[in-house]
Amino acid sequence: MIRVILPAHLRTLARVNDREVSIDGVAQPVTARTIVDALEATYPMLKGTIRDHRTKERRPMVRFFACEQDISHDPIDTPLPEEVASGKEPFWIVGAMSGG
Amino acid sequence: MSGVRVLVGTRKGAFILTSDEQREDWQVEGPLFAGHEMYHIKGSPVDPNRLYASQSSDWFGQIMQRSDDGGKTWETVGNEFCYDGVPGTHQWYDGTQHPWEFKRVWHLEPSLHDPDTVYAGVEDAALFKSTDGGQTWTELSGLRTHSSGHLWAPGAGGMCLHTILQDPGNPDRLFVAISAAGSFRTDDGGKTWHAINHGLVSPWELPDSDAEVGHCVHNLAMHPSRPDTVYMQKHWDVMRTDDAGANWYEISGNLPSDFGFPIAVHAHEPETVYVVPIKSDSEHFPPEGKLRVYRSRTGGNEWEPLTTGLPQANCYHNVLRDAMAVDSLESCGIYFGTTGGQVYVSPDSGDTWKAIVSDLPRVMSVEVQTLS
Repeated sequence: MIRVILPAHLRTLARVNDREVSIDGVAQPVTARTIVDALEATYPMLKGTIRDHRTKERRPMVRFFACEQDISHDPIDTPLPEEVASGKEPFWIVGAMSGG
Repeated sequence: MSGVRVLVGTRKGAFILTSDEQREDWQVEGPLFAGHEMYHIKGSPVDPNRLYASQSSDWFGQIMQRSDDGGKTWETVGNEFCYDGVPGTHQWYDGTQHPWEFKRVWHLEPSLHDPDTVYAGVEDAALFKSTDGGQTWTELSGLRTHSSGHLWAPGAGGMCLHTILQDPGNPDRLFVAISAAGSFRTDDGGKTWHAINHGLVSPWELPDSDAEVGHCVHNLAMHPSRPDTVYMQKHWDVMRTDDAGANWYEISGNLPSDFGFPIAVHAHEPETVYVVPIKSDSEHFPPEGKLRVYRSRTGGNEWEPLTTGLPQANCYHNVLRDAMAVDSLESCGIYFGTTGGQVYVSPDSGDTWKAIVSDLPRVMSVEVQTLS
């Protein structure tokens, strides 16, 4: 089970109340790509909001954090830290800071 | 009992305003989709409970919503808008070529014939169609691949397809308008398109002032009983065609400014037209700080200001292109929303006005459904 923290607008869209959701069925090795794959399978309404439908590129104003590191610009298939893969730490999907 | 349902899209969510045919007392529901830019919400003419909404966010992109119960509940539908083939390039602000990139849906036009069919006008300019209630979208790519496509350029708001008109008597005929490319018409259901801009003149924006394309058309309007007559609010100039766009002529007449965004036609009087003059393209507010709707009962040229109930001093809001609509009650109602968050109604064809709400976020679109 992988823990994922969603930004407020995506929680509303997915109709979940808690900022953190648990995702089963994440393919190994656990990467940003496999987490978003599983997240979109569980919550199809999130398709296109985190990454492009076809190119699968992360949207410019979405960032990925893991273990207090910004991994947004790491290759999408980079294995994530064991803490995330084991469910000890969440994977963060964050709307980029913007505005005052 | 009959009544109206006004669908308001704002910068920070959607609102639904309802009233009976008197249009004096209003119920306000919202914000729906709070925090999101709601570019447009529109109901099906065939099934008024079927609503479509375009929800947009710089962070999370395009989201499409559909309601089957008049806005009480909503479901997320398809948001995959993929250009057909390799989209190519169009002209950028500096005259160089720039790749076509999907950004958002500006306008939704539900079919006059089928509640599951809806058109979407998008930025960068293209027309999409869904025949399954918004679940999937297919580009009518004959428009974007028009031979002039590389000459289309973005207006200040982006290169958007913002207006879609359907000919009630001919399902194969559509009119669209794009900023800044101009107007186009199809007579074969969207397979092929003709640029219909003859008569438009843009000396301040184009090196060739009467070019085939490149004109910044802001909005089009048609009365369903006269589908060959289309009214246009251009960047500058209010225009009219009586031959389905083959030729346009100016009807600005005595307007205090012929710059503006929306244009609308009275529900029962095909020669009665409404515009909201704005001072200029560099000063997007009403001339003299007076918010005035202008009405022509002669199909243009002769315009009268409508001011009763509207602020006549220190008003510096704009009225955006999709933020004006008419109902079809016996006494035709006119509605418009401002960038200052007001939505005004006139239940008497524009003679008197009243604010339904005064403090919404920036109003981006106003549509009205007449309910029986």
